[in-house]
Amino acid sequence: MQTLLEQIFPNVMASPDKFWESVWATVVMTAWAGALMFVIGLCLGLLMVVLKPGGILACPLAYQVLDKAVNLIRSIPFVILIALLMYVTKAIMGTRIGIRGVIVPLVVGSAPFFSRQVEAALSDIPAGLIEAAKAMGSSPLGIIFRVYLKEGAAAIARGTTITLISLIGLTAMAGYVGAGGLGDYSITYGYNYNRMDIVWASVIAIVALVCLIQMIGTLVAKKNTH
Amino acid sequence: MIELEHLSKTFAGKDSVHALRDVSLTVQKGEIYGVIGYSGAGKSTLIRCINLLERPDTGTVRVDGVELTSLSASALNRERRKIGMIFQQFNLFATRTVLDNVAYPLRFSGMSRKAIREKAEALLKYVELSDKRDAYPSQLSGGQKQRVAIARALACDPKVLLCDEATSALDPQTTASILQLIRRLNREMGITVVMITHQMQVVKEACHRVAVMENGRVVEEGDVFSIFAHPRQEITRTFVDSTTNLNKVEDLLEEGAEITRLKPGEMLVRLSYQRGSAAEAIVSTVSRNFGVDVNILLGSLELIEGALLGGLVVVFSGQRQGIESALNYFREKNVGVEVIADADPA
Ligand SMILES: Nc1ncnc2c1ncn2[C@@H]1O[C@H](COP(=O)(O)OP(=O)(O)OP(=O)(O)O)[C@@H](O)[C@H]1O
Ligand SMILES: [Mg+2]
Repeated sequence: MQTLLEQIFPNVMASPDKFWESVWATVVMTAWAGALMFVIGLCLGLLMVVLKPGGILACPLAYQVLDKAVNLIRSIPFVILIALLMYVTKAIMGTRIGIRGVIVPLVVGSAPFFSRQVEAALSDIPAGLIEAAKAMGSSPLGIIFRVYLKEGAAAIARGTTITLISLIGLTAMAGYVGAGGLGDYSITYGYNYNRMDIVWASVIAIVALVCLIQMIGTLVAKKNTH
Repeated sequence: MIELEHLSKTFAGKDSVHALRDVSLTVQKGEIYGVIGYSGAGKSTLIRCINLLERPDTGTVRVDGVELTSLSASALNRERRKIGMIFQQFNLFATRTVLDNVAYPLRFSGMSRKAIREKAEALLKYVELSDKRDAYPSQLSGGQKQRVAIARALACDPKVLLCDEATSALDPQTTASILQLIRRLNREMGITVVMITHQMQVVKEACHRVAVMENGRVVEEGDVFSIFAHPRQEITRTFVDSTTNLNKVEDLLEEGAEITRLKPGEMLVRLSYQRGSAAEAIVSTVSRNFGVDVNILLGSLELIEGALLGGLVVVFSGQRQGIESALNYFREKNVGVEVIADADPA
């Protein structure tokens, strides 16, 4: 086994620590940014749904502001976002390099996309259910937790999957601020030295990660569909 | 129980819609009140104003003595628990079991989990769905879904049940069973029911009183029997006619159908039973006493609140004098007589 791996991935196996370090960096970035993205995006998505004209806390002006802001941020390419946010990152995280330095841009880069996924998921819930809950005397907060989040759980799980996978895509650019990860690994050690095995190893690791996320997402969605 | 005063509602938009125009009506405690009208007449808007799912532009809504239109949001939510509502599309929570759907309004009401469970089970028993308590709504038929919705609406012991086209998505047999259930809960629990429909049959089978709506106005109101017996408005007449087949005679005449071609000595007559019409065997009496043959072409008679209502289209044949006496006899018995066609005397 060991010798076989050494044959197929000679350069990876020459310093396997580097590889696992990169996998770990990608996992850590995805997990941290993913968790924050989930909370912030969920709140934004919920806000948009309830503030929308006709929503349970309709406030068209606030909705317009939110809607435009989300569109604006989504239109900024991630690499530029890193640069744009450098002082914000520094203020929040105390540094603008390394994994700590990339979390803020990752969250800002993915939460608006996720909030759209949440908005779409919750808008698909039949309006009649919201009406029924209102007629039964549920408060707006009750409707959010007992109807929107419960009935929308499966669709939110699917949206989370999509966003996490695109988030992994963003972490590939974390090398720009010295945060490492598989993207950095395959460029620095693979591309720059023409070592294809390093690139392939990165691809396999990323695909495995994506499959894992997809599996969990599908499972959660299935558990919440009846 | 429910007092609506001068409700108006306009939906703004490209061309604004007057959904309600100065509607006032009162629903008595313990009655089943029907509201009928064509699509777009404003029925749903009206019923949704009762629990303020729709807020009227002007006017007041009072339910069980409480003026809902002047309540704060949280006080309104408390009052809404006393007003059950069911819908055409059932609106059950797809991710909750039948039992959890019924328990939904009881959670956070101060009851213990055990008490909630017991109550929900009792309600399911009442609507005869105990065996489905762990099923999900997607596994139920339309009629079963509506029963679950009714059980859920009854969970907080409401005084009022609002039904917006509750049977419109169901087949006639299922409709009948749901109406039976609604009548039962009205009778046994004394719940006041407001029922929106566009089917006169539903009004006939379930309601005590009915309002007819057209273009955002209530154009006619009364107890079901008088509405059926003496519809005053054109639209009411159309609805009433929709439940009988007596008007087919006009089509038959137009087509020149065989049975409407009268031979000498025959007369085509429409008899209408009204309030106070005798429920005895008038037809056979006439035939025996006046020596006329009575051939029934069309018939639509029904018992509404214990009185016979509807009519017959018949062909009399015999001596002119006998027929005249027969017609008079019907009039004496308070049965309306209308001669549709008259052949020459024999
Ligand atoms: N939210 C809304 N926004 C704009 N117009 C509305 C809205 N709700 C209802 N309307 C309009 O108000 C009028 C009355 O609608 P309503 O739903 O009360 O009719 P209805 O009698 O219940 O009809 P149906 O039998 O089709 O349910 C219609 O012309 C409808 O288009
Ligand atoms: Mg309607």
